Amino acid sequence: MAEPVLEIRNLNVDYGLGDRAVHAVRDVNLTLHRGEVLGLAGESGSGKSTLAYGLTRLLAPPGVITGGQVIYHPAQGSSYDVLALSDNGLREWRWAETAIVFQGAMNSLNPVHKISTQLMDVLKAHEPNMSAHSRAARAREMLKLVGISADRMDAYPHQLSGGMRQRVMIGMALILQPQVVIMDEPTTALDVVMQRQILGQLIELRERLGFSVIFITHDLSLLVEFSNRIAIMYGGRIVEEAPANTIYRDALHPYSKGLLSSFPALRGPRRELTGIPGSPPDLAGMPAGCSFHPRCPKAFEPCGSAIPVLGRPDTPDGAGRSVACWLHPAEQPVG
Amino acid sequence: MKYFLQRIGFYVFTAWAAITLNFFIPRMVPGDPVQSLIAKYKGQLSTDAMQSLYILFGLDQHKSMWAEYVDYWKQIFHGDLGLSFTFFPAPVSQVISQALPWTLLLVGITTIISFLLGTSLGVVAGWRRGSWTDGLLPVTTFFSSVPYFWLGIIAIYLLAGPDSFFPSSGGFDSGLVPAWDQYFIPSAIQHSLLPALTILISSVSGWILSMRNMMVTVASEDYITVAHAKGLSERRVALSYAARNALLPNVSGFALSLGFIVGGTLLVEIVFSYPGLGFTLLQALGARDYPLMQGIFLIITIAVLVANLLADIAYLLLDPRTRKDG
Amino acid sequence: MTIPTSSIEQVIPGQGAMAQPSAKPAKAKRQRFLFVRNTKAATGLVVLGVYVLLAIIGPWIAPYDPSGRSNDLVQGPSAAHWFGTTHLGQDIFSQILVGTRSVMYVGFLAGLIATTLSVLIGVTAGYLGGKTDDSLSALTNVILVIPAIPLMIIITSVLNNASDTLIAVVIGLTSWSWNARVLRAQTLSLRRRDFVEASRASGETTWRIVIFELLPNLTAVIASGLVGTVIYAVLSEITLAFIGITSNDGWNWGTILFWAQGQQALGQHAWWWFVPAGLAIACLGTALSLINFGIDEFVSPRLRSAGKTKLKTAAGHTVRMRIGFTPVLENSAAPHTHARVISTPVMREAK
Ligand SMILES: Nc1ncnc2c1ncn2[C@@H]1O[C@H](COP(=O)(O)OP(=O)(O)OP(=O)(O)O)[C@@H](O)[C@H]1O
Ligand code: SF4
Ligand SMILES: [Mg+2]
Repeated sequence: MAEPVLEIRNLNVDYGLGDRAVHAVRDVNLTLHRGEVLGLAGESGSGKSTLAYGLTRLLAPPGVITGGQVIYHPAQGSSYDVLALSDNGLREWRWAETAIVFQGAMNSLNPVHKISTQLMDVLKAHEPNMSAHSRAARAREMLKLVGISADRMDAYPHQLSGGMRQRVMIGMALILQPQVVIMDEPTTALDVVMQRQILGQLIELRERLGFSVIFITHDLSLLVEFSNRIAIMYGGRIVEEAPANTIYRDALHPYSKGLLSSFPALRGPRRELTGIPGSPPDLAGMPAGCSFHPRCPKAFEPCGSAIPVLGRPDTPDGAGRSVACWLHPAEQPVG
Repeated sequence: MKYFLQRIGFYVFTAWAAITLNFFIPRMVPGDPVQSLIAKYKGQLSTDAMQSLYILFGLDQHKSMWAEYVDYWKQIFHGDLGLSFTFFPAPVSQVISQALPWTLLLVGITTIISFLLGTSLGVVAGWRRGSWTDGLLPVTTFFSSVPYFWLGIIAIYLLAGPDSFFPSSGGFDSGLVPAWDQYFIPSAIQHSLLPALTILISSVSGWILSMRNMMVTVASEDYITVAHAKGLSERRVALSYAARNALLPNVSGFALSLGFIVGGTLLVEIVFSYPGLGFTLLQALGARDYPLMQGIFLIITIAVLVANLLADIAYLLLDPRTRKDG
Repeated sequence: MTIPTSSIEQVIPGQGAMAQPSAKPAKAKRQRFLFVRNTKAATGLVVLGVYVLLAIIGPWIAPYDPSGRSNDLVQGPSAAHWFGTTHLGQDIFSQILVGTRSVMYVGFLAGLIATTLSVLIGVTAGYLGGKTDDSLSALTNVILVIPAIPLMIIITSVLNNASDTLIAVVIGLTSWSWNARVLRAQTLSLRRRDFVEASRASGETTWRIVIFELLPNLTAVIASGLVGTVIYAVLSEITLAFIGITSNDGWNWGTILFWAQGQQALGQHAWWWFVPAGLAIACLGTALSLINFGIDEFVSPRLRSAGKTKLKTAAGHTVRMRIGFTPVLENSAAPHTHARVISTPVMREAK
């Protein structure tokens, strides 16, 4: 397996403080390897965005990171914990090492500045010695890369279509050639054709530029198609993590199975569309034990009282995957 | 451009409405006070002056309302606003043109300073929420609840006096003649400091509060998070992203609050006996000098409309969304 | 009546006592949050209540006839005259008490008139749209940019010795436009919401929709508009009285200031003559503003004071809650290795 580039260890994120705190991300352990696309899926409200913003420390108040580490391994030099960086250290790290394309990128662009200004101020901040001329050249190049003609450089965001804005954001994310790009449902606002077109472009770019991607969506079908590995989140925890086709073929966690059966099969035999009965858990009043047990068709005796730990399952293909379910008790917990 | 023309059209319409209002208000005046004033000055009034007063107040029984209205417009276009009784026999336009520069300078400069200062403080207060700047808010609330003129009285009581640097009334030393020279200008500035300070203190708090609230609202927009994610400096995020966007509603607010601010400043002039439009208006009120009152109302309205137009142009330059389309 | 200095605490809650989250029992904290959140509106309402009470009973509890002369000319505050006396020996405390009624009456009557007009015009324009909207909006905007105070001054002076009611009508008629504008915008956005669309589709009459669907959703905006207009009306009435163009039969705080100004109270150093009236106005205005802050924060939670903004980390550092840099409460000194840390299996008991 390739070497890791980003390791999330025991990350815990709350909204609010003390008794009223909502634990939106709990004990998350996840490793992103160099050059891979890691998909993150889960129902709405499962904490995917919170995880993404938490690890970059971009959560707005009342978000608080209550513990954990995010170890970053730069291409050269020694590794460090992103959560321990100073403000200035964090500013340098952001975008240069890890860039984000946000959920609902429609509002990600500042309405009063030209897109060229917004592309170039990244360069101004991170590469102050660059000449104005080469900044403009780089901005133009990035736009070309994402399929926007250079004469739109001086356009304002309101003059672009949703898809174009999305591409501008992707181009902007790549402008400093970061190691990691986090994409939080970058395409949900677009039509299906546009979605696939942009994602196809992205994968192509990744092959050329060699960055790693954390790709967040509730659309598992997209992930199965575009990602190398998939992690499934439920109630703020990672409940299963495995190579994409392993999950597709043989998900171990009942929740993953439920998610998979809520969209039609891409290829192969038709599956029954069932979905998952019940509704996502209320983070303020999480059920004891496995948080999925009130909805789990397979729940049995330990599920209601003890929390299953994410770890390598006891199945024959257990290496390289992990799951948090009492049906497959961890042989080797992750984290 | 289309937007701009629409705005101009709107202001022309408003000016028409204000002038028409001005035509009708005196028709509500019971005829006697004007009639008696005219009677009082009968011997000294020329027929022309009589005629224009008749048109202003609708005293001519033989004319239709419409004919009067047309005549009224003709008069306005000739800059003839009638004669002032208070400053008899000076025409209203002359009285106003003497008072107007004082008001324009005092109110104009102070309002702009107040807007810039309040907006900057609001940016800081909104960006660094929870810091000492939040302490400004209660003070701000208090000051925006006090009438301007009362603050003026207090300022005179506390700061002005025979031995003080600040004169308590007037626009310049009584021994001087208005002129652009080294004696008059410093004296005029000295006299305007305290009224200016009063207006500043009363009006600045509103700007602080509204800009702070806009900053707080804007700070949770997506593009601010993106700016942080891009690793831009705090300064750049606060100014070029947050403040730049928060400024827009404040600029349109500026236009809309002008009418209110001008109202308040007229009263400050009264308290300081400052030789501007406010003080002149007070004198006109005392003498029931209706032509002068109306002329002042008209000029103030037009000044506010022009200021609004300027604010619109500023908005147009600041917001690309209004510039190209819409 | 004093300046509400305590409002400093209301605006920045959570300094001091709440600076250390982990040590405090959370129950107490929650109550404190609720308490703090309501403090602004509650303080405002209590102060306003006092004013309303004074408006009702003021004339009865006033120790003197506010116009009654005495031989104590321009006396400073004393046991007999709490706020001192005027040039005619009138008791200023009694003038303030008696004047409260006129101020409150004009303020609320004008507020009601303006609010009614703004609801009628703003909601109609926003809901009906089209030509009706165009003309009502134009009317609103015209009234909005014409400077109101000079207009009021002219009209009042033309009306000659206007009574309180007449003044309130003039103020009400000239000050509805701001709220109408806000209400129109709110109505426009409400009209596009699902529940209104649904009622329209189901063939409900316009008036039923406006009264049962729209107005309940506009309550907060209307209330805050009313409160704002009352402040404005009070200031306007006092201004008109101060320049002496209202009827001088009754007393209000502006009349007191008019006499103080006219009789050279400043020159005689009679600060008691103008200070109480100004403070009475300021306190009333502040109370009403506080109520409006409460409403604003209720409507848009973003404006709520951020609550606690400083946190203590496990390492003992203090960090601030701010956008863009999420606080990290605890992180161990990072072992910078590529190796995966493998810990022993832990089974956690459910909470
Ligand atoms: N400011 C907040 N205060 C309290 N709870 C919050 C806040 N923001 C989010 N949450 C809660 O945190 C949980 C995780 O939210 P998050 O946005 O991470 O979900 P998500 O998985 O990204 O969902 P989606 O697919 O809809 O984007 C949700 O249950 C939400 O209710
Ligand atoms: S642990 Fe139990 S309840 Fe949870 S998913 Fe596995 S079987 Fe279902
Ligand atoms: Mg999300």
